[in-house]
Amino acid sequence: MPASSAGTSQVGDKQAPELPLNARRPPAWGRWIGGTAAGIFGVWVLYILVVTPNIHWDVVAAYIASGPILEGLWITIALSVISMAAGTVIGLVVAIMQLSQNPVLRIVAGGFSWFFRGTPLLVQLLFWFNLGVIFPRLEFGIPFGGPKLFGVEASIITPFIAGLLGLAINEGAYMSQIIRAGILSVDNGQREAAEAMGMSRAGIMGRIILPQAMRFILPPTGNQFISMLKTSSLVSIIAGSDLMTVVQRIYLGNFEVISMLIVASIWYLILTSVATVGQHFLEKKYSKGFDGRTSVRSKVLSNLAPISRRKPGFDD
Amino acid sequence: MTDAVVRARSIRKSFGDNEILKGINLDISTGDVVCVIGPSGSGKTTLLRCLNRLEAIDSGRIWIDGELLGYVEQADGRLLERRYEDLRRQRQNIGMVFQRFNLFPHLTALENVAEGPWKIKGQSRASAVASAEDLLSSVGLGDRMNFYPAQLSGGQQQRVAIARALAMEPKLMLFDEPTSALDPELVGEVLAVMKDLASTGMTMVVVTHEMSFAREVADHVIFMADGAIVEAGSPEQVLGNPQHRRTADFLARVG
Repeated sequence: MPASSAGTSQVGDKQAPELPLNARRPPAWGRWIGGTAAGIFGVWVLYILVVTPNIHWDVVAAYIASGPILEGLWITIALSVISMAAGTVIGLVVAIMQLSQNPVLRIVAGGFSWFFRGTPLLVQLLFWFNLGVIFPRLEFGIPFGGPKLFGVEASIITPFIAGLLGLAINEGAYMSQIIRAGILSVDNGQREAAEAMGMSRAGIMGRIILPQAMRFILPPTGNQFISMLKTSSLVSIIAGSDLMTVVQRIYLGNFEVISMLIVASIWYLILTSVATVGQHFLEKKYSKGFDGRTSVRSKVLSNLAPISRRKPGFDD
Repeated sequence: MTDAVVRARSIRKSFGDNEILKGINLDISTGDVVCVIGPSGSGKTTLLRCLNRLEAIDSGRIWIDGELLGYVEQADGRLLERRYEDLRRQRQNIGMVFQRFNLFPHLTALENVAEGPWKIKGQSRASAVASAEDLLSSVGLGDRMNFYPAQLSGGQQQRVAIARALAMEPKLMLFDEPTSALDPELVGEVLAVMKDLASTGMTMVVVTHEMSFAREVADHVIFMADGAIVEAGSPEQVLGNPQHRRTADFLARVG
């Protein structure tokens, strides 16, 4: 090594031995204390809940998988899933309308969101259920007294249908804002690149923008669905026979209010857990290309590739 | 000028009160490589974006391959704006490479390149993938086809972007400062691909700061400043013997 006149700096010494770190972490006393305290508290709460004579666990056990409860559970699942699916479709359409260059579509979509987010869901449910009072017969055709194509009696609006209409349309208004925000979060360069290739508008939205927007749309949508599972209990006001309505009917008969509410809560917790797991897998599906872990894995794989197949300057 | 791929007359474009293009005229023949140079803010990127109508012009006419871009001339001489479906047919003849690559991050390199032929041109999936594999190999990325953009270096991403544009079999390629976002050591690999492309006879318009590329590859060099073409000619003329002071000043600054 040539002597340096500027100082004693040395670089590139090949003789230096390996120096593994093997460093210890400073003890995290706070975590241990906090964890122990939380654990003791949790066990204590469970103990109280189990031994207290005021909660009739035998009643909970007797009802948890009984026929009426399972029927109500089924209605809750059907209401939530169908309303959420329909609400997402409505939300997608409204979001695209709101982002359109066509002012008519923008105003209609804005008005839709404004009205259905601005009025209480309870009122909307009552409105759909009582549609028959305002319009005894629902007819489709030319408005202002023109000929009618077909009509139905308003009595087809059962509590279930009214619940679906109310929940789906209300959900659509909220979903439209979530989807709109997701679409706006995608870099404008993506649209430009797709437009420059000559892609159709539907292709740009369906194949380029939305798959990327999903990363931003899914987490709040999971929230919405979990919220929907419980909000659907509002249909009890219009005599929909969902889980909550059934539970209320039962405790009005046997006065086991707490036990029956525990039955309902256990089922809601199970539904929410399933929804959370589903959300996790959906989020994973739409993180392709953004997922840090795949990047590391493929970097390892590329480093394992035979040297001869690598081209100079292509790795970094 | 019958074989002009690009013909532009009196192109004007403003953003608000700021006039970016002040009457640009341009003729680019088949197979020519035209490099557009100039200080930032001179309007060169805007000009390029007007050539595939990512920006709508305020006045003037642009013909691509003899066909008026973005408008149809009606019998009474007035222009009718083309519908999107018609415009996108025109854009399929014009490939564009962006400064920031703009690859689709949720698709692999192969899917990025196959997307156009498969979903826009309606080829079978198998043939789109096969031609995408060929294209990626030709830009030196045969071993990176199933990587996502985030797993590729800037130089590799830009080469995928070039392959993606070429997959549409365009008659004209537009490059918007294709190496400006790259680390210095990655610039060479992208310029090499562009040089190869030029040698195949592709018509190219390249907005660039790479003077050596312009000197070596360009048939014509255009120097723009303040929204106007100050000087145009062969690389020897414009870069070697500039006639205008602004050109000489600019060249002295970029070295």
